[in-house]
Amino acid sequence: MIAPLPLDATSRSASLAGALGVGIAFGWCLERAGLGSAPKLMGQFTLRDMTVLKVMFSAIVTAMLGLFWLSWLGVVDLSHVAVPPTFIGPQIAGGIVFGAGMALAGLCPGTSCVAAATGRLDGLTVAAGFFAGVLVTGLAVPLMANFYESGARGAVALPTVLGVAQGTVTFVVAAGALVAFALAGRVERAMAERARKVHS
Amino acid sequence: MSARERAYADPYLAGVALGLVLLASFVFMGRGLGASGAFATAAATTVQRVAPAVASSNAFLATHLDAGGLLRDWLVVEILGVMIGGWCSAALAGRLAVRVERGPHAGVSPRLWAAGAGGAVMGAGAVLARGCTSGQALTGGALLSVGAWLFIAAAFGAAYVVAFVTRGSWT
Repeated sequence: MIAPLPLDATSRSASLAGALGVGIAFGWCLERAGLGSAPKLMGQFTLRDMTVLKVMFSAIVTAMLGLFWLSWLGVVDLSHVAVPPTFIGPQIAGGIVFGAGMALAGLCPGTSCVAAATGRLDGLTVAAGFFAGVLVTGLAVPLMANFYESGARGAVALPTVLGVAQGTVTFVVAAGALVAFALAGRVERAMAERARKVHS
Repeated sequence: MSARERAYADPYLAGVALGLVLLASFVFMGRGLGASGAFATAAATTVQRVAPAVASSNAFLATHLDAGGLLRDWLVVEILGVMIGGWCSAALAGRLAVRVERGPHAGVSPRLWAAGAGGAVMGAGAVLARGCTSGQALTGGALLSVGAWLFIAAAFGAAYVVAFVTRGSWT
């Protein structure tokens, strides 16, 4: 059997049960890491607490290496895994706008749901604001259709664009993560040292 | 933090666990994680109820109505799971409490205004980028999607610039 099972071969109820299970595990991991808390998340951007980088980068590397090996072993057919399509200009502009909003909000959409579910009213407010932002901007998409559809490259991956093997990019990203983890530890220690000097 | 609250997990342990959840989703569901897509489906469903013609003629909203019902949408059900999972984890660790979390130098009212405004700005960004930190950064990042890595660089860069300006309220 080659995974993933084509979704049309499984029933919708099985797919939705899977969605619920994946969501529960996802929410559990975010809450355990402390990412349902805005002050914890903002530590990343004030350089006091690099938890966001450590969690996200280790998750990306774990899933990336897992997929790479499972596809090498012939267990997973990568052509059946949905890769988000690339739209160069909109994703750079959207990323800048999203990042600015995230630093204001102190949470991202997924973590705002965890924050709201665990009693944080700031999380509930972020989620409500996010819904309003998606609704209004979604309604405005026809007004900026040219930009919205610009830079379309399809489901293109880094190895294709860079003209190197998938294994090479996989190795570079994993090695980059190890370097980032080492730097994150250094930055945290330097900032703690500075805070100690200021207070003494 | 009250005395009953347990410390958070090691970030690398939580990260590897999250990566295994993402990997399991790829292998068994053929897709990764998401969050903003659930909000987009909720927004599209709202517009459809009020003005069906507006929803069906809008390229963005129409694509989020494919499932044919809020609770039939994969990401909506997944996000309900996120809330259940987050609640269970916090309950078992003594971390459930109604509160407004904010920096040591921010009042409740400014914090909530920033939360709502920041959320709305993020919403605009997520529509343009076709995803957020879950659907683009985590999922697309692990799949080595070009757009996802552009999104990661742009979002983190902008967040550092804004946080530098507002750092006084968080530290």
